[in-house]
Amino acid sequence: MSLLNFLKNNPSLIFNLILEHLQLTGTAILSAIVIGVPLGIIITRYKKLADPILAIASIFQTIPSIAFFGLLIPILGIGKRTAILVLFLYALLPIVKNTYTGIKEVSPFMIDAGRGMGMTNMQILRMVELPQSLSVIMAGVRIATVINIGTTTIAAYVGGGGLGELIFRGIQMYRNEMILAGAVPAALLAIFADKILGYVEYRLMPKGLRKKA
Amino acid sequence: MISFKNVTKKFDSFVAVDNLNVEFNTGETIVLIGPSGCGKTTTLRMINRLIEPTEGSISINGTDIHKTNPVELRRNIGYVIQQIGLFPHMNIAQNIGLVPYLKNVPESKRKQRVEELLEFVDMDPSEFYNRYPNELSGGQQQRIGVARALAADPEIILMDEPFGALDPITRSTLQDELLEIQDRIKKTIIFVTHDMDEALKLADKIAIMKDGKILQFDSPEEILKNPSHGFVEEFIGKDRLLKQPEFIIVKDIMITDPITISPERTLNQALEKMRKEKVDSLMVTDSESKFIGLITANDVLDNFDKSYKVNEVIRANVHQVSEDANVSQVLSIMAQEQVGYVPVTDDKQKLTGLITRSSLVNVLGRS
Repeated sequence: MSLLNFLKNNPSLIFNLILEHLQLTGTAILSAIVIGVPLGIIITRYKKLADPILAIASIFQTIPSIAFFGLLIPILGIGKRTAILVLFLYALLPIVKNTYTGIKEVSPFMIDAGRGMGMTNMQILRMVELPQSLSVIMAGVRIATVINIGTTTIAAYVGGGGLGELIFRGIQMYRNEMILAGAVPAALLAIFADKILGYVEYRLMPKGLRKKA
Repeated sequence: MISFKNVTKKFDSFVAVDNLNVEFNTGETIVLIGPSGCGKTTTLRMINRLIEPTEGSISINGTDIHKTNPVELRRNIGYVIQQIGLFPHMNIAQNIGLVPYLKNVPESKRKQRVEELLEFVDMDPSEFYNRYPNELSGGQQQRIGVARALAADPEIILMDEPFGALDPITRSTLQDELLEIQDRIKKTIIFVTHDMDEALKLADKIAIMKDGKILQFDSPEEILKNPSHGFVEEFIGKDRLLKQPEFIIVKDIMITDPITISPERTLNQALEKMRKEKVDSLMVTDSESKFIGLITANDVLDNFDKSYKVNEVIRANVHQVSEDANVSQVLSIMAQEQVGYVPVTDDKQKLTGLITRSSLVNVLGRS
């Protein structure tokens, strides 16, 4: 099979592209968590901010990704920087929205119990709200990651690198095995990333909330 | 002592609590009762500043609570809500030890306290210490809720319909246990309920509330006997009042087979018997079933020594009534003597029955 041959003949190329791909997605997702989770928490505290911020995050989601990359080239030029910014903005919505929803859905009785026993607002957040909304927040991170690994293939269009390079080159050269050599590892990455995050979620989850196996 | 001075709470234009002036004595169980929206929960929640009054002031032992730090205040007041109040992501030990944790009590001391409290509410520490709330029954969960409220040994405990979500049998068991616990710890308990039977059973004093005001604040006996107000009468229930205590004869309502024990038995045997029969006191009678006195679980526990006999800790001067006495007389004996049981004897001093506070409530409350 020509796909196997292609992989056999270019192992280091594939390996480097996978690493590059992970680097792009990883940077985008980590920044989206670092910014998105606190943002999601803040908008549960300042309800007036919730709607506008969620609306803005949704707008990013509606712009077709290839157009979004293209639109940013005149501003940021080509390269990884542009790619990561777009990927970050795509990842933001599921993370902000799930953090917001997860925390809002913590039962008011739980918060009342915490406050009534003398927890400060920070302690309520750390000891009650975050542990109880963890699975919803993690679901957002997983969705963002899986989608992002797919979207990262398009980042090659703006010179971001990653497995998308093989796909674009394969399309231009009419070489299906090259397209597949980019697409199959990307799909596998998405599946593995989801599994690994599922495991992370399970380990982070307090025992009393874990679903019985 | 907790005292409310001219306390009013408005939510927008709705007056939840209307110029409340009342004092709750230390060591008493105060039950706040009334229909929904009467202000009972608001009153409770103002004590630990979960709600701030619009006007007036509340003080605990003379200190105005509005001049204290609310977080500190709450850590020194026990708080029990409906069964959902346990944190599902924390194990039992973490739940019970929460307030000590917030107060930075070192871990070894916390562990010791948690084990002590688990034993106190009759749950085996080795079995329950590491379990999670979702592995426990509703009744067990609420026992943990009570233990959690006691963890930092607060002087005041607030309970907001703690047994409301439980089935009637579990509910009644937990009420009995609460009475038992309160006998031992003598805390000031403020208890909100909408269940009159629960109020009559638990309260030293009941505050009946309506439209943000307390209509009557009195002992259960007094409220049953002399409802001060048409609404109170209605709220207690016509059925309870129709049975005017003066017209009910002891013979008709007494427990006819009280659990008895001979004075020659040991305290250990007495305790076993109480456990087996699920009572907290035994009538002491001789071989001809002549009444000699009574013995309570507290008497046994306070003097516990396996070699002691029942007749060494017996209460001998117990008020007794005859079968044809009326319930009103029993009520006043209970109120004056601060006792929960009145044995019934015939003219030869033979024990023929027993009246307990809960049997009275059952009868006066039965429709």
